[in-house]
Amino acid sequence: MKRTLSWLVAGALSLTALAGCSGTTAPSSAAGGGAAAGGDTVKVGLLFELTGNVASYGTAEANGAKMAAEEINAAGGVNGKKIQLVEYDTKSDTAETTTLAAKLMTQDKVVAIIGPATSGGMKAQIQLSAQNKVPIVSGSATADDLTVTNGKLNEYVFRTCFVDSYQGTVMAKYAASKLNAKTAVILKDTSSDYAKGLADAFDKQFKAGGGTVAATEAYTAKQTDFNAVLTKLKGQQFDVMYVPGYYEELGLIIKQARALGITAPITGGDGYESPKLAELAGSALTDVYYTNHYSATDTDPKVTAFIDAFKKKYNNATPEAFHALGYDTMKFVADSIKRAKSATGADVKAAMTETKGFSGVTGTFDVDPATHNPIKQATIIGYKDGKISVTEKFS
Amino acid sequence: MPPIVRTLLTRGVPLLALYLVVLGLIGAGIIDAYWMATLALICVNIVLAVSLNLITGFTGQFSLGHAGFMAIGAYATAIISNAVAGPAGFLGGLLAGGVLAALVGFLIGLPTLRLRGDYLAIATLGMAEIIRVVFVNLDSVTNGAAGLTVTQNMDWNWFFVLTVGSVILIRNYLRSRQGRDAIAVREDEIAAESIGVDTTRAKVMSFTIGAFFGGLGGGMYASYFYFIKPDLFGFLKSIDILVIVVLGGLGSLSGSIIAAILLALISTLLQGFTEIRMILYALLLVVIMIFRPEGLMGSRELSLNVFSRLGRRRPALATAQAAPGASEAQGKGDER
Amino acid sequence: MDQLAQQLINGLSLGSIYALIALGYTMVYGIIQLINFAHGDVYMVGAYVGFASMAILGLGVFESLALAMVTCMILGVVIERVAYKPLRNSTRIAVLITAIGVSLLLEYVMLYFVGAAVRSYPPLPDYFNAQFAVGGVVISAKSLIIIGVSVALMIGLQFIVQKTRIGKAMRAVSQDADAARLMGINVDNTISFTFALGSALAGAAGVLVGIYYNTINPLMGIMPGLKAFVAAVFGGIGLIPGALIGGYFIGVTETLVSGYFSSLLQDAVVFAILILVLIFKPAGLLGKNVREKV
Repeated sequence: MKRTLSWLVAGALSLTALAGCSGTTAPSSAAGGGAAAGGDTVKVGLLFELTGNVASYGTAEANGAKMAAEEINAAGGVNGKKIQLVEYDTKSDTAETTTLAAKLMTQDKVVAIIGPATSGGMKAQIQLSAQNKVPIVSGSATADDLTVTNGKLNEYVFRTCFVDSYQGTVMAKYAASKLNAKTAVILKDTSSDYAKGLADAFDKQFKAGGGTVAATEAYTAKQTDFNAVLTKLKGQQFDVMYVPGYYEELGLIIKQARALGITAPITGGDGYESPKLAELAGSALTDVYYTNHYSATDTDPKVTAFIDAFKKKYNNATPEAFHALGYDTMKFVADSIKRAKSATGADVKAAMTETKGFSGVTGTFDVDPATHNPIKQATIIGYKDGKISVTEKFS
Repeated sequence: MPPIVRTLLTRGVPLLALYLVVLGLIGAGIIDAYWMATLALICVNIVLAVSLNLITGFTGQFSLGHAGFMAIGAYATAIISNAVAGPAGFLGGLLAGGVLAALVGFLIGLPTLRLRGDYLAIATLGMAEIIRVVFVNLDSVTNGAAGLTVTQNMDWNWFFVLTVGSVILIRNYLRSRQGRDAIAVREDEIAAESIGVDTTRAKVMSFTIGAFFGGLGGGMYASYFYFIKPDLFGFLKSIDILVIVVLGGLGSLSGSIIAAILLALISTLLQGFTEIRMILYALLLVVIMIFRPEGLMGSRELSLNVFSRLGRRRPALATAQAAPGASEAQGKGDER
Repeated sequence: MDQLAQQLINGLSLGSIYALIALGYTMVYGIIQLINFAHGDVYMVGAYVGFASMAILGLGVFESLALAMVTCMILGVVIERVAYKPLRNSTRIAVLITAIGVSLLLEYVMLYFVGAAVRSYPPLPDYFNAQFAVGGVVISAKSLIIIGVSVALMIGLQFIVQKTRIGKAMRAVSQDADAARLMGINVDNTISFTFALGSALAGAAGVLVGIYYNTINPLMGIMPGLKAFVAAVFGGIGLIPGALIGGYFIGVTETLVSGYFSSLLQDAVVFAILILVLIFKPAGLLGKNVREKV
């Protein structure tokens, strides 16, 4: 019995090994479309959170990037070569991200990786990017310490979005100058580094501008009852609330705050960007302002062309900021490959660092060689009675 | 042949062969960074599953908080190895992580293990949740929810030594007097007590040792995968480990090892279907409990002795064919 | 003072939900000594049934509440018959693992079909959105409705358990299943009935939460489920009044902790309460300490 068992196990194990190999030889090539023989294509990795708890951001960005790749290929590709996308799902898990990034860099031999959408996912592949000399670019990883860690530049890490501290600073200025706020309270989501980064920057800038921050409170993601903490804040005097976080909780916070009789403007960052926000908050969504990467109501021809193409491809849906950022990131990568001396990771990285005046849907930017951050403007979006009432560029 | 030599031959030789084969494959570039990461994950899962099996499978104490111990080990290793460069920091970190996890396990186990088994499940779950919340809020040390970047210190040598070492130590513990006591507690706590087994002591010992290796597993994870954050060590992580233990068999160390390898394969095959993976895990738990509560292996063990037994039953020629074949298969399995 | 009054109202609304869920835990535990991990997910299913009934079938709030209760009742019985009944004679660990499996199954099957994104309940009739201001304290009609419906359901439950034949059977089985069988009580049916009752209450809680917070998602059952369990243990598991007291206690404690200390601590405090209760008074507030039978 025991012997049979051991043979069975040995058999199972070798099958495992074989099946594993064959399972991995067929990466899903997504938007490659008319990609011909190996020499005529240039491989780019798409590594996003397609499932798991941040799937909504990852999927949106991946879809934006795929659309851009199709447009690039339809227009003849980059330097005559078609872009071939190799797409994997990180399952919103950082160990999986490390594993798959290693696979993209060493097995699939991509020249650059786009994604993941979150800073944590990006951090899981920083060391690999340097070891394998493959640039990694995110459209939405906004943590300040992503590109520069402990004062040292991570050479192969790039992004096409502004950083957390910038968003917080912009909103603090906006609150002081346009909303005439003297006193603010901060309510931040402590389970995300993103919200904490925004809150810290807001706090610093608002105080520097002569305002006072009366109280700082916190909540955690997935909470649904904010009445307790809001009741506590209601006891304070303030002109504006700064509430960085994500729309799932923000919709509820706005609704519960207004129900408790808090009437001060509520402000925040790009985590507000979702049609769900209006759905969750309903008519309570009034006097709400947030910083964003772009606005779907922008009349810039570049933006309208993007929105039309997106609606055509994705069933008439209106693109969100994450779609636009994914789209821009792909275009940025393609642009860099075009300018690079050769289609190798090191040369593409050099081209990325030298980017000047890249013009995308989310704005025109240069890459700052010292930090690898794009230098771009933020858009302020304001809501009144559940409808967008303000969109303006501000910095 | 003296027993010690035989043990070395029957157990040591296949293990050494496995080690060398993988080392060779790494040298030849067949095991590249991707396969190595998968292999690393398997090793971490083996250590975690075997240590949870000690608590749940062998001692019969249902713990839902193994991810909490893992978190302690991971953070201790990360913080210490980031502060002190070189092997000293990394090994010291691993050790400190294990000891800290064991300490927490001891403190939480001492009062709660006296209670009935199902309360323990909730208490350990609560404990893991509290540990996670503490790490999120200890901003200055853990960098909060943003997580910590860790230097990669582990390679195949360390994985081999730590994984094999953990399994052997736990196996030897189970064969010691204390280990037998633990198994007696699982079989029948009242009967065990009546024949003079100090049941609380046996339970706390197993729990503490399990926590130590849980912490070690966390440290191994942190030292390979560059980045840790509190979210990684949530309830679902504890469930992941539990699934491995249940699938392999409550009370079978080799079962846990096989299940860790098998599940890594399933996970790779289901790369594009994550939602289905969780549904499958859930079904697996229910179906195994209803139709095969003993798991793949039950409490049987697949011992490396099979090679020697094969050798004794067959002529020399057959041994030469069988043994390398089997160990190679195992080597391949481990690559995954 | 206003602030404290407001916090108490917040806490009572939240506590009503915990109490409703805790009742299901406590009844099931009382009768077969099983921590039904899937209970929190039955509550989640209830919330989705209520959503579908309002958004797709266009039914009113109270019809949807009834529909969700009936659906969850059936779901509870199916879970009991398919997953737990075959394990009646297995070890405790086996049943607990099954319960966790069922819980994950409900969560991820739901996730597969409806997606991970949160959904918001359709707009409600105006009287739900009314608000009363008493001094500086705001009381919303929703809070009153959620507290009112919970209390009404709990009184109904107490009536069933104390005054009806099947209630008497439930109490008999929970005391001694074998003796009850000898007395001619159909133990299997009684257990199924217990699951049905508990699940119906969880379904009701799901719809009430959907109305109150306006947001539902497939994993919404995990945390409230665990906290409701803590509530049941706090009050004395197996005791219906205990679940009630425990639910309100946990709700109010949580609110006060986040109102006066930090909202980050609220989950940790709840679990710390659990561990302390388990150490110092494992039978709970209303329970008597019983030595385990040999």
